[in-house]
Amino acid sequence: MLLESTRRLMTDQYDAHHRQQILASPEGRSIAVWRQFAELGLLGLNVPEEDGGIGGDAIDTLLVSMALGEALIVEPFWSSAVLASRAIAKLGSPEQRSRWLPRLAAGETIAVVAHEEAGTLHNDPPTATRATPTDGLWMLEGRKAAVYHAPSADMLLVSAAVAGRAGLECGLFAVPRDTSGVKLEVFTTVDSQRAANIVLDHVQVPADARIGTDVSALLPPVLDYGLAALCAETLGTLDRLLAITLEYTRTRVQFGVPIGRFQVLQHRMADMLTHVEQSRSMTYLAASSSRSAVASERAAALSAAKVVLGRAARYVGQQAIQLHGGMGMSDEMPASHYFKRLLASELRGGHTEAHLERYAALSIN
Amino acid sequence: MNLHYTSEQTRCREEVRSFLDQNLPPDMRDRVLNGGHRGEPEDIRRWQRILHQKGWGAPSWPKEFGGPGWGRVEQYLFELECAVAGAPAQLPFGIKMVAPVLMRFGSPAQQQHYLPRISSGEHWWCQGYSEPGAGSDLASLKTQAVRAGDHYIVSGQKAWNTFGQHADWIFCLVRTDPAAKPQRGISFLLIDMRSPGITVKPTTLLDGTQEVNEIFFDQVRVPLANRVGEENQGWSYAKYLLGHERTNIAGVGISRRDFARLKRIANIQMRDGRRLLDNPGFRARLAQIEIDLTALELTNLRVICADAEKGEPGPESSILKVKGSELMQAISELMVEALGSDALALAAAGGTSPGQLPTPLHAHGVTALYLNLRKVSIFGGSNEIQKNIIARMILGL
Repeated sequence: MLLESTRRLMTDQYDAHHRQQILASPEGRSIAVWRQFAELGLLGLNVPEEDGGIGGDAIDTLLVSMALGEALIVEPFWSSAVLASRAIAKLGSPEQRSRWLPRLAAGETIAVVAHEEAGTLHNDPPTATRATPTDGLWMLEGRKAAVYHAPSADMLLVSAAVAGRAGLECGLFAVPRDTSGVKLEVFTTVDSQRAANIVLDHVQVPADARIGTDVSALLPPVLDYGLAALCAETLGTLDRLLAITLEYTRTRVQFGVPIGRFQVLQHRMADMLTHVEQSRSMTYLAASSSRSAVASERAAALSAAKVVLGRAARYVGQQAIQLHGGMGMSDEMPASHYFKRLLASELRGGHTEAHLERYAALSIN
Repeated sequence: MNLHYTSEQTRCREEVRSFLDQNLPPDMRDRVLNGGHRGEPEDIRRWQRILHQKGWGAPSWPKEFGGPGWGRVEQYLFELECAVAGAPAQLPFGIKMVAPVLMRFGSPAQQQHYLPRISSGEHWWCQGYSEPGAGSDLASLKTQAVRAGDHYIVSGQKAWNTFGQHADWIFCLVRTDPAAKPQRGISFLLIDMRSPGITVKPTTLLDGTQEVNEIFFDQVRVPLANRVGEENQGWSYAKYLLGHERTNIAGVGISRRDFARLKRIANIQMRDGRRLLDNPGFRARLAQIEIDLTALELTNLRVICADAEKGEPGPESSILKVKGSELMQAISELMVEALGSDALALAAAGGTSPGQLPTPLHAHGVTALYLNLRKVSIFGGSNEIQKNIIARMILGL
């Protein structure tokens, strides 16, 4: 149901032409489409019913993410409706949940989690950002790297190392984007989305901006949940790119025949298909494992998924361009946009090779 | 089997290095060392002038046509040293493509008019081969040239034309006999880019640049005197060209330069508290690339020496093209991987032009380079076609 209705929405509102228009707009995203997401209940997917959402789970998120990945959206669904909503739902106090979640579900507020720092994997503890209690307030200092959709966010959920009684804790802080001392180094990403490095320079937030207490053990499962959802988006992108490439090789005629008749290209696409099916398996594993309470099991499964999906993204992306020939190099063809989205998927949450090393450290002994 | 350079070749190499030390402008060098492979148009022009002044405007030409008369190995060394030093690559279209055809098949009048202007840089040349419907199957091209008195009237469309927006002249394969078998009805025309009826439409590539164009010909009048060689013999001239002048098709110098850049990046980037260069996995992959580059260079030299003996290039250049392009792409891939999330930024401030990216300096331009280099396995005869050539012409299958 969710998959089909999301796909229908994408077919109606998000074809290639529409998407090009959205990319060319000043905001680089569509407020109208965001409103549609809200109306369909998609923005409340990870918000509990009692907080105004539809209380979906990892599988619901997987299905919707796939459909959105197929359409290559540039709206902050993953950032706000998956990761940020999940973080507040799982870590926030009842008051914090009722303060923010209904607004997130209604599409009135956009929040993003600002966690990753330069060179980290998706759920490494923060070390470059610190929070110090000062006169009943929190003072935040530090730097976050490549936070997708920070420029569209009303609120940043910033993770920071906190000096606690028993050593370093992890804190999560709700920081309105326009707080003094918050500086966004905005850029357009390779996959046509907006992101920013976030510099926090003497940023003060009130005591009740802290979400939960020491979230050292509680934040990683939320981040894992987010990574699993990103894998699902990537799967949708892989599926659609294979389909686009297949269609191209069926219609492009050279030497008197559709090029899809040449065995070399058929084998190439067979290899692409194999990558996609392996990715599908690992996406399911990632979603399923993100619910596991055993941290090392989750970590191994997610890193394994990241590796399989990373290899698939590389191969399917590159070969799709190759099979499109010269047209693959053109910005006007959808294929190159899918390719760039797949490149970004490899670079987000820790690169394929870094996850391979983590998996080896966890599992090979 | 002698794997060493002769003393003449070594002397030539030293002379080139010394010339580069003294004449390559530092600002140009910095742009090339940290930029894409094509280079800035102004840098290309300026460097061509500097080379021409030295008598090296056309390093691959024989003395009789104004070249330095170097052997193939000297030519190879020249391009290698230039690339490694950070000189902009000379555009091949004039010097290495239309010029050899003019020398072999052109009239004395054509040679006297066009060749000096190629070497001096006065004429910027581009290539009119591919069409939207004629990529790998180039012989199926449709741009027509119809005789009308002492002119041809040319109509059609060319695609993937590099730097046509800067070019003064274009050499085109056109159909002069639609009734004949495709390869037998093609002619080779030289066309002034300022002719009425020519429209240049830039194609935006996936890296955001407009390096290539579509060229539209709408009833363009081209003097008969601008045809090279015989009517309907154009395909054989194109084939001559494809086999000829492939000394540097592997791009060894450029890959060496990019590899040095990759190591610089690996020396700065950290993973798990150490330099990426010290990460055993990454280090092993760097070693593999350096080894592959060594092998490629030797194969390249063997091929050009064998060509020199035979007197003409053979299908072995396909090996160089496939391996060279794969290596080039592999290096750029590793650069992106080394940068990790620093490679995500493509344009500053949510805009579309590169601008000042909020990422470290050594990250700038790397992602764009990786995207751009997807073309090297496609253009110039796709790697699939090259492997067909290897299978057919070398393996005899």
